[in-house]
Parts: sequence; structure tokens; C-alpha cells
Amino acid sequence: MSNDNEKTSLWTLFITFAKIGVMTFGGGYAMLPILEREVVTNHKWTTSEQMLDYYAIGQCTPGVISVNVSTFIGYKQRGILGAIVATFGVIFPSLVIITALASILKMFQDNVYVKKAFEGIRIAVCALMITAVINLVKKAVSSVSTAVVAVSALLLQLLLGVSPVIIVVCTIAFGLLVFFSGRKKSGEAES
Amino acid sequence: MIFLRLFWEFFKTGLFAIGGGMATVPFLFDISARTSWFTPSELANMIAISESTPGPIGVNMATYVGFETAGILGGLVATIGLVTPSVIIILIIANLLSHFSDRPVVVTVFRYLRAAVIGLLLYALWQLLPLTFLDLEKKLMVLPVIAFAVLLFCCLKWKKVHPIIWIALGAVFGLIAL
Repeated sequence: MSNDNEKTSLWTLFITFAKIGVMTFGGGYAMLPILEREVVTNHKWTTSEQMLDYYAIGQCTPGVISVNVSTFIGYKQRGILGAIVATFGVIFPSLVIITALASILKMFQDNVYVKKAFEGIRIAVCALMITAVINLVKKAVSSVSTAVVAVSALLLQLLLGVSPVIIVVCTIAFGLLVFFSGRKKSGEAES
Repeated sequence: MIFLRLFWEFFKTGLFAIGGGMATVPFLFDISARTSWFTPSELANMIAISESTPGPIGVNMATYVGFETAGILGGLVATIGLVTPSVIIILIIANLLSHFSDRPVVVTVFRYLRAAVIGLLLYALWQLLPLTFLDLEKKLMVLPVIAFAVLLFCCLKWKKVHPIIWIALGAVFGLIAL
């Protein structure tokens, strides 16, 4: 890894991802606002655009998305060791909380206050996700063709129940098609 | 050797469950059917608990199932088994990307992938809406909608405030008003 990244200590990586693990409720897309805040805004380890790349890759590779993202960012900061430390950071709170509380959690499960708190948390998660989408649309949907891709991805899932894996694979094919047809055209224009 | 088997079962789950935490659920039912580690109804409870504790759902479930099967070490082994395949695969992809991310073809493909992820995000949000705003008779609940409007306004206005503050406020609102 390059030298300018050496400032990030393994401890910082671990603590940051452990924090993200604690603050995650539900995982996957619901954790995007927290990830963005910690990793993009606070530590500037990556950009919002790259975060979307990681999500796209996470959609069509095996495993839990938050683990995929922490592996990516850990690797980017400190190589393979960084990837392992960041990943261990994000799973650490789950290990501690579930192991320590497993017997108590069973009582919690049907607790009316826990249910109410989570109903409230879901409201906040909806608001945070809309805020995240508003910010990301400005960065990721910059042309008619990208807007068409975003809307198609939504509609294919909504109306036809197409799996996200298929959507990502089709988008890659579409991107390749656009790239190579564009290159052909510019080649023809030159000749 | 229970730990080796736990590791192997969760390694397979981590390898084949594509698309995030909830994708692991069918594999866990499969484990339940093939082993005597836990019954499907115990699993249903564990899923409910994993959803309502902090941390990614897939990781929570691995820890929980491992812990119930073989104690603290079981939880650790199952979780490490779950994440090992994705860590290896992501390391390979991250390494390739660091060499090829500047290529014009890669730049073009990712431009569209980012847009597609926006569509996927909107769909995830769409799935969350009925859970959040409809009651058992599928009627719109007024209080959550008002709270949502207020929180959304706050999120957009005070962008520097950490998201966890809004989540905590949501939890407090749920406790007091719902």
C-alpha cells in the first residue's frame, strides 16, 4: 500500500468499524448512512461514489455487505492486515453483544418496549435513507442514460421481482455495450 | 469435531449466500434440517433477535446459532467461517481493482453500476415503508408519518449531526408515542 495511507493505524480501523457495527440496525442498505458518515465524512477513507461501487460489488459477491465494505476499506488503508482488522472490527460488537446477552435476549424479544423502540428506529432509518439517496443521486445520476439505469433497476425489482444479482450483472453488460459501441463510433468518426 | 463442522457449514453459507445478510436465511434452515443443532422454530426466534440487536443481521445470526450450538467458541468459529469466503473474494477483487480502476472501460461500467445501486437502494426503502407506516389493517398510521416528516426535515437541515442521534431520537419517539 502507498505511504500516504500509513497514517491510519490498525487500531483506528478496528475502533471505527466496531463503532459502525454497534450503530448498525438491520444491516445492508439501512447502514449506508452510518457508513457514509464514519468512513466518507469523518475519516475520508473513501468517497461516496466508491461506496456505491462497493455496494454494487457486494450485491453480486458472497457474504454480508457490511463485511464486504469493511474488507474493501481496510485493504485500501492498510493492505491485507487492514482488511482483516476492519472486518474483525465490524463483527466484534455482534460477537460480544450476542454472546453476553443471548440468554437475556430471549426475554427481550417479545418485550413491548423493545418493539416500540424499533418501530421508532425504523422511522429514523427511512428518513436517513432518503437523505442518503438525495445526496447520492446528485453524484451518481448525472446523465439521461444513468437515470434510465437507476429507474430500470428500481422497476425491474419492484414490478418483476428481478434479483439484485441479475440487475448488477445486466448493468455490467450494459456498461460494456455502451463503452465498446462508443469506442467503435469514435473510431469510425476518426477514419 | 463440532467446531470444524460449524466452521465448514458457515463457510459454505458465506460462500453461497449472495446479496447480503437475509440471503443467509435459507442456508440456515438447510443447516437446521441436516443437523440436530437447532430446530426451525428456534431458528425463527434467532432471526427475530438478530434483527433487533445492533450489528449486521448475517453476522448476528452466525454468532447466535454458533453460540447456541457450541458456546462462546462456537459463536466465534461460526462467525469467522461466515466471513472467511467473502474476505478472500473481496481481497482478490480489491487487488484487481487497484490495478484496473483507471481503465476507461472500468470507469464506464462503474458509472452505470452506481446508478443501478441507487435503484436498488430505492427498492430497499420501498420495502421498509409498509413495515414502518402501515398498521395491521394496512391503514396509514398518522403519528409515524408526522415523526418521519420532522426527522427528514432535521436530517436535511442539520447535516453535521451524526445519524445515530436521529436513530436514538426515533427510538425515544417510539417508546413515548407509539
